[in-house]
Amino acid sequence: MATTRGFTGRPRATDLSSRIPPGQHLEKDFPVLSAGPTPRIRIADWTFTLKVGPRPVKTWSWTEFNALPMTQMTRDIHCVTTWSKLDTVWEGVLVDDILKAASIEAPTPYVLAHSFDGYSTNVPMQDLAGKAMVALRFGGEPLDSDHGGPARLLVPHLYFWKSAKWLNGLQFTERDEAGFWELRGYHMYGDPWREQRYSGD
Amino acid sequence: MSEGSVRWQTATVIDIVVRTPRIKSFFLSLEHPFEFQAGQHVDIRLTAPDGYQAMRSYSIASAPDHGTSIELAVERLDDGEVSMFMHDVIVPGDEIEVRGPLGGHFIWSVTDGGPLLLLGGGSGVVPLVSMVRHLKAANLAGSTVPVLLLLSARTWDEALFRDELLEFNKEMSGFTFVLNLTREASARGQDFGRRIDAAMAADVVKRLPGPPVHVFVCGSNAFVNAAADSALAAGIPAETIRTERYGG
Ligand SMILES: Cc1cc2nc3c(=O)[nH]c(=O)nc-3n(C[C@H](O)[C@H](O)[C@H](O)COP(=O)(O)OP(=O)(O)OC[C@H]3O[C@@H](n4cnc5c(N)ncnc54)[C@H](O)[C@@H]3O)c2cc1C
Repeated sequence: MATTRGFTGRPRATDLSSRIPPGQHLEKDFPVLSAGPTPRIRIADWTFTLKVGPRPVKTWSWTEFNALPMTQMTRDIHCVTTWSKLDTVWEGVLVDDILKAASIEAPTPYVLAHSFDGYSTNVPMQDLAGKAMVALRFGGEPLDSDHGGPARLLVPHLYFWKSAKWLNGLQFTERDEAGFWELRGYHMYGDPWREQRYSGD
Repeated sequence: MSEGSVRWQTATVIDIVVRTPRIKSFFLSLEHPFEFQAGQHVDIRLTAPDGYQAMRSYSIASAPDHGTSIELAVERLDDGEVSMFMHDVIVPGDEIEVRGPLGGHFIWSVTDGGPLLLLGGGSGVVPLVSMVRHLKAANLAGSTVPVLLLLSARTWDEALFRDELLEFNKEMSGFTFVLNLTREASARGQDFGRRIDAAMAADVVKRLPGPPVHVFVCGSNAFVNAAADSALAAGIPAETIRTERYGG
C-alpha cells in the first residue's frame, strides 16, 4: 500500500473504526444515488408482489401490506460510493414475515428484488432470511421518495445498492441472476467488509 | 467492463489547471492506460501513513480517445476530506492511486445516436463535457448528432469549461450550448438566469431538431431532482433519462 504524500485524513474517532468497513468514511447526512429520475409513487398505485419464477404467488395493496407484522431495526449502512452511516433506524416487514403471510418457504436460494422504475438487484435468500426487511419508515417518518419510498428493501449488511429503492416485489429465481447494477459492472454479492464493489473484486 | 480494467494503479499528476474559483482540473498520467466511454468515472484512493484510506469517485472529463492521460475536474468543498486535499496539497509530480474505468450506465457514444439532451449543474458538467468532446472528435470524422448542453452554474466565472463550450457552440454543427446562471444575469440572449424548471426544459428541447432520445442529468442531488423532474414535466419519458448524483 503506497502512502499518499501529505495525506493524513480527517481526524477520526478511532472507537468507531470497528464499525466502518475498509475504504468507507462516516457520513452524517443521507446522500442519494439512483440511475434515473426519482419515481413519485402514489400509495393508491402501490402494490407488492411475491413471485416464484414468472408465477405471482401473492400481491398486497398498501393497506394489506401495512397490516403485516412490523419490525424495527437499528443498523449501520454502507454505500459503495464509500459513505457509511451508523445507527440508522428503520421500520418495516421482515422478508421472513412476508413469506409466512404468503404461506411459502423459500423455493430457491436466489432472489431478485424488483422496483417500480424497472430496476432490479439480486440477493441470496440466505442474506434475506432473518436479516432483511421491506422498510416503510426511516427515522420514525414515512420513507421519503428520494430514499426509495413508499417502500424499499433493506439488506443492511450488503452494499446499499442491494437495498433496492421503490420496491414492488421479490422474485425467487432458479439461478443467481444479475440485476441492473450487477450487469453494469458491480459485484454479484457486494460485501462491504470484503470490499466487493465491482465485478472481479 | 472487463475485470482486468478495475485494478488499482498508480497515476502521476502531470498538470493542475485552475478552471474556476472552486474547481481545478487534474491531469493524471496512467501507469496502465485504459480505454473508457464518455460518462464513466474513476475511483481515486489516498492512503495516510497510519493506513487510513479515503476513496472517492470522479468523472473523467477527457474525450474517450484521449490516450495515456485523463483529466478530472474536482470542486473544492469546504470540509471535504478528499477534494480539499486535492486542491490544497497535491502538486504536479505527486502520485495517487486510481482504478477505472467504472460505471456502465451513465455512458454515451456517438453510435448511440441522438438527439441528445445534457443537463449539468456545477461540476456535474464533467461527464457531459466528456460526451461533447467525444462528439467533437467524431464530428471531425464526419458524424453529426444533434446535442444540446444546458449548464447551470451560479455565476459566469463559475461555469466550468465555459470558454471551450462557447467555442464548440460556434464551430461544431449540431451542437448547442445554453448557459443558466442562478445568481447573476446572463450575458447572452439565448441563456437563462433562474433555477431550472419545466418551462426551461421545454424551451431547450424545442431547440433540438426532434425529441431527445437520450437525456443525461448530472450534478448535486438537488440539481438532479429539479432537472429530472423538469424534463419529465416537459414530456420526456422517464426511461430516456439517466442520472448521476454527486451527493450534496
Ligand atoms: C460517480 C461519481 C462521479 C463524481 N464525479 C465528480 C467530479 O467529476 N467532480 C467532483 O468535484 N465531484 C465528483 N463526485 C463527488 C466526489 O466523489 C466527492 O463526493 C466530492 O469530491 C466530495 O468529497 P470530499 O472528500 O471532498 O468531501 P467529504 O469529506 O466526503 O464531504 C462531503 C460533504 O459533507 C461535508 N462534511 C463531511 N464531513 C463533515 C464533517 N465532519 N463536518 C462538517 N461537514 C462535513 C463536507 O463539507 C462536504 O460538503 C462524483 C461522485 C460520484 C458518485
